[in-house]
Amino acid sequence: MTPSGDAPVRMGEPSADGRFGSFGGRFLPESLVPACQELEAAFRAAWAPDSAFRTRYRALLADYAGRPTPLTDCERLSEELGVRVLLKREDLTHTGSHKINNVIGQGLLTLEMGKSRLVAETGAGQHGVASATAAALFGLECVVYMGEVDTERQELNVFRMKLLGAEVRPVTSGSRTLKDAVNEALRDWVASVETTHYCLGSVMGPHPYPWMVRELQRILGDEAREQCRALLGGADPDVVVACVGGGSNAAGTFAGFVDTQARLVGVEAAGGSAIGRGIPGVLHGMRSYLLQDEWGQILEAHSISAGLDYPGIGPEHSYLADAGRATYEVAGDEEVLAALQLLARTEGIIPALEPAHALAWLVRAARDGTVAAGSTVMLTLSGRGDKDAEQVMAALR
Amino acid sequence: MSGPEASSPPDGRQGWQASEPLARGVAVEPALRAARSSGRKLLVPYVTGGLGARWVEVLQAVVDAGADAVEVGLPFSDPVMDGPTIQEASLRALEGGATPPSILDALAAVEVPVPVVAMTYYNLVLRAGHRRFAKMLVDGGVRGAIVPDLPLEELGDWSPAADAGGVETVLLAAPVTPDDRLAELCARSHGFVYGVNLMGVTGERTSLAASAQVLAKRLKSATDKPVVMGFGISTPEQAVAAASHADGVVVASALMRLVLDGASPAQVGDAVGAFRAALDRG
Ligand SMILES: Cc1ncc(COP(=O)(O)O)c(C=O)c1O
Repeated sequence: MTPSGDAPVRMGEPSADGRFGSFGGRFLPESLVPACQELEAAFRAAWAPDSAFRTRYRALLADYAGRPTPLTDCERLSEELGVRVLLKREDLTHTGSHKINNVIGQGLLTLEMGKSRLVAETGAGQHGVASATAAALFGLECVVYMGEVDTERQELNVFRMKLLGAEVRPVTSGSRTLKDAVNEALRDWVASVETTHYCLGSVMGPHPYPWMVRELQRILGDEAREQCRALLGGADPDVVVACVGGGSNAAGTFAGFVDTQARLVGVEAAGGSAIGRGIPGVLHGMRSYLLQDEWGQILEAHSISAGLDYPGIGPEHSYLADAGRATYEVAGDEEVLAALQLLARTEGIIPALEPAHALAWLVRAARDGTVAAGSTVMLTLSGRGDKDAEQVMAALR
Repeated sequence: MSGPEASSPPDGRQGWQASEPLARGVAVEPALRAARSSGRKLLVPYVTGGLGARWVEVLQAVVDAGADAVEVGLPFSDPVMDGPTIQEASLRALEGGATPPSILDALAAVEVPVPVVAMTYYNLVLRAGHRRFAKMLVDGGVRGAIVPDLPLEELGDWSPAADAGGVETVLLAAPVTPDDRLAELCARSHGFVYGVNLMGVTGERTSLAASAQVLAKRLKSATDKPVVMGFGISTPEQAVAAASHADGVVVASALMRLVLDGASPAQVGDAVGAFRAALDRG
C-alpha cells in the first residue's frame, strides 16, 4: 500500500521537522539540539543554487577527488548474466569509495561554521579514511571511532587513517561494530560540540544529516543519469541498484533516478536487513526501520561486510520502501563472495564487499528472471576491494 | 500500513482517561514542592532497574537514607547520553534479563513513600506504545518519566499520552540551551526541571563543571518549578555546590559504581546518607 497514493515520489527536502513521511526527525539530547539547528542553517545557506560553497565543493570533487567517475559498460559480465550491466565507478575516486563526496562537503561546512575538529564513526573504515583525508586537506583535527571487531577486520584502513594524521579510537562497548561507533561518536560530540563537527558518514542520524548527506551524494546519481542517457540514446536504465548500509550511496544514486521509470533496488546484508526484518523505532536520532526485540532493545546486525553491519537504515529509505518507490532486497555472505569473484574475473574489477552485495542480488535476479533478460541495469560500484583483500582471502581459504 | 507495526505489542487499553482513579505511586511535583517548602535541598538518587538480584533492596535503602524522589533506570541497549558506569549497569541489567515489565512488576510489589521517576530512552516507549507505556509506568507506581532523547520538538506523541495517563514528563535543560528555548522547556516540563550540569554524558567527575551554577541560576530565574541538577555529581561536596543555586541534585553514576563494585544495599544507603547529611548541613 502506498501512503502517498498516486502522487509521484520525489526525493526533495524533508518537512520542517526533518521527516520523510513519518520517518526521520531529531531524537537527540537537548545538549545537541542547538548544534543540529546550526548545522541545518549552515547547510541550507551553503547549498543555495550557485553558492560559493557549491562552486568550491564541485571544484574539489573534480580536481582532488577525480570526478566525474566513469560509467563502465560491462560486456563480459553482461554476456554472463544476460542483462546489460552499467557500473557507476565510485571505486575510482580518491580514497576509493563514494564516501569522499560527503566528507568534502562536510569538511567545507566545518570551516564555514568555524569549527576545528571532526569526529566520525566508521564501519569498514572507508568513511573513517575519507574523514581523515578531508581533515588533512582542510587542516582539521580528526578522531575516528571504530568498533573493535572492525579495527581487527579492517586493519589496513586503521593504518591509513593514522598515516593521514587521524586518531582512531577502538570502541569496546556493545556489539563493537558500527552501531557502537556511532554511540561513541555521539558521546564525544555532546562533550565537544562547541569546537567539533560530527562528520556522519551516511544518510542517517538526526535532521539535517539524512537530507544533507543525500544531497552531498546526489552528484553520483546525477552524473550516472546523464551518462546513462548519453550511452543509451536518451533512455534510462530499467533497473537501478545499490547496496545499503546506512544508505548513502543508494540515496545519492536513487536521487538521480527517482523521477524516471527505473525500478530502484537497495540491497542490504542478509544479517542486517532493517527493511526486511525491522520495525519502526528510534535510534541515533532518527525514526526508521530497526532491528529490535519485543521491548525495543536494538539487535546486533551480522555481516561479512563491516560497512553493512548496521541494524538500522536511513529514514528516507524507510519512506521510499513504504511508498513503494524502491524495494529492498538482501544478499548473504556466500553469494557476495561469489559475485565479487565473478566481477573480478569477467571485468578485471575487484569490488568492495559492500557493493558486491548489490552485485550478488543482480546475479541472482538475472538468473531467476526477477530482472528480465535483456534489461539494462545501472549498479553503483560504491568502492574498491583493496581494503577487503585480506578478509576475502581468509574467507575463500 | 500493515506488516511490521502489526507485530508491536498492543497499545493497551484505548481511551484511558486521567479521570480514572490513579491507583499507585506518589505524584512528583507536589511532593518535591512540599519538600522544598520545608526548607531542605532535594536529593534524587538513581538506581538502574534490574541491576543485580538485590536492586529493589538498593532502591529501598536509598529511599530510607533520605531521598526526596528516586529515579529508576529502565535500561536500553544503546544509552548515548550515558558514560561508562551507567552503560555497564544497563548492559548488566539487560544481560540479567531485565525488561520494562520485569522492573515495573518488581516496583509494583513494594511501597515506595516518595515519587518514582523512570529514566529511559524513547525506543522503549515507542516499542511498547505511548499509552501502554504510560499505563505500565503508573501500574508500577511510577509517576514521572525522563526520556533524554526526546527534545521539545519530538514530544508530540508522548506528552499527550503521558499527561492523560498521569505521568509527569521531566525535561532536560542543557548549558547550551538558549533563553527562549529554556523558557518553553520550563513551561512544558512536569514534576521538576532537570538541569544538565555539563556538556557531556553521565559519569563521575573529579570536580563540578563551571557550567552547572550558571545553568542553575538561569533555570531558577526562569521557573518556579523545582530545579534539580544532575550529571557528574560524585561527592557530597559537589552535591552541596550544585544545589546551592538550585533546589536539589540527582546522584547516579557514583551510586551505580558502588553497586557494580559489589557494595551491599546498606552500603549504597550509607553513601546516600552522606549526601543527605551534607545537603542538610548546607
Ligand atoms: C564501499 C562502501 N559501500 C557502501 C558502504 C555503506 O554505506 P552507505 O550505505 O551509506 O553507502 C560503505 C560503508 O562503509 C562502503 O565502504
